[in-house]
Amino acid sequence: MKLLAALLSGVLFGVGLAVSQMTNPAKVQAFLDVAGAWDPSLAFVMAAALVVSSISVVLARRRSQSLLGEPLQIPAAATIDLRLIAGATLFGVGWGLGGLCPGPALAALSTGVPEVWVFTASMLAGMLSYRWIFRVAPIRE
Amino acid sequence: MTEFTPVSATVGGLMVGLSAGLLLLLRGRIAGISGIIGRALSQPLGDGGWRLAFLVGLPIGAAAVSLATGRLVVEVAASTPVLVAAGLLVGFGTQLGDGCTSGHGVCGIARGSKRAIAATLAFMTSGAITVFAVRHLLGASS
Repeated sequence: MKLLAALLSGVLFGVGLAVSQMTNPAKVQAFLDVAGAWDPSLAFVMAAALVVSSISVVLARRRSQSLLGEPLQIPAAATIDLRLIAGATLFGVGWGLGGLCPGPALAALSTGVPEVWVFTASMLAGMLSYRWIFRVAPIRE
Repeated sequence: MTEFTPVSATVGGLMVGLSAGLLLLLRGRIAGISGIIGRALSQPLGDGGWRLAFLVGLPIGAAAVSLATGRLVVEVAASTPVLVAAGLLVGFGTQLGDGCTSGHGVCGIARGSKRAIAATLAFMTSGAITVFAVRHLLGASS
C-alpha cells in the first residue's frame, strides 16, 4: 500500500509533466528565453502546482503523521547560504543549456529519444561526483 | 519556438501539485526529484524502496500520456557535448543546492521556505542568462 502510494504519486507527476509539455526541452528553453519568443507556459505549470501543493501543506501541518501513519518529513532548514545559491545557480546553467531538469528528464526517458538518455546518464554522473567529492555530505532538503 | 499553451500547462501543473500533495499527505515525504534520485543512488532500497517506486512512476506516467495522445514531443536543440555538460551541471548543482524545480520551485515555495524562494530565483536567473547567452550572444538558433 505504501509503495503503491509512492508509485501512483510518481505516475501522476509524470502525467502532469507530459500533459504540460515540460518533457519538451524546447518548451522549457522558450520559457527561459525572455528576450526572444517568450513562452510563459512554465510559469502557469508552476503556479498551478503551487496552488495544490500549498493546500496540501496546510492540510499536512494540521496532522501529527501522514495518512498512512508515517512521520511528516518536512524540511526545516532556513539558512540561505553560499552552498544553496551556488548549487542552484549551477543547476540553472545546466537547465538552460539542456532544457531538462531531473523530473522531466526521467519522465522523457520513456520516449526513447537518445539525447534524453545521454543527459540523464550525465546527470546521474554529476550527482555521484558530488557524493564522491563531498564524501556524501549530509543532504538537508 | 513553441506555442504558449496556458490550458495544458495549468492542467498539468495541477496534476504535479496533486502528486506532491499525495506524497506529502500519504507518505509524509517531499516530492523533490533531485533529492529523491540523490538518495536513491546511495540507498536504492532505503526506507522501503519508496524512492525507486516514485521514480519509476515518472516515465510510466509520461508513456501513458504518449499512448493516450499519440505523441509526446521532445525537441532537443543542444549538441551531445553540451548535453553532457548540462547533465553534469544539473546533477552536481541540484545536490549542492539541495533541490531542483520540484523540491525548491514547487514543494519548497508551497510551504513558504525562504531557502526555496532564493534557490528558485537563482536557478531561474542563471537559466535565463544561459539561454540569453546561447541564443542571442552566441547566435545559436531554435
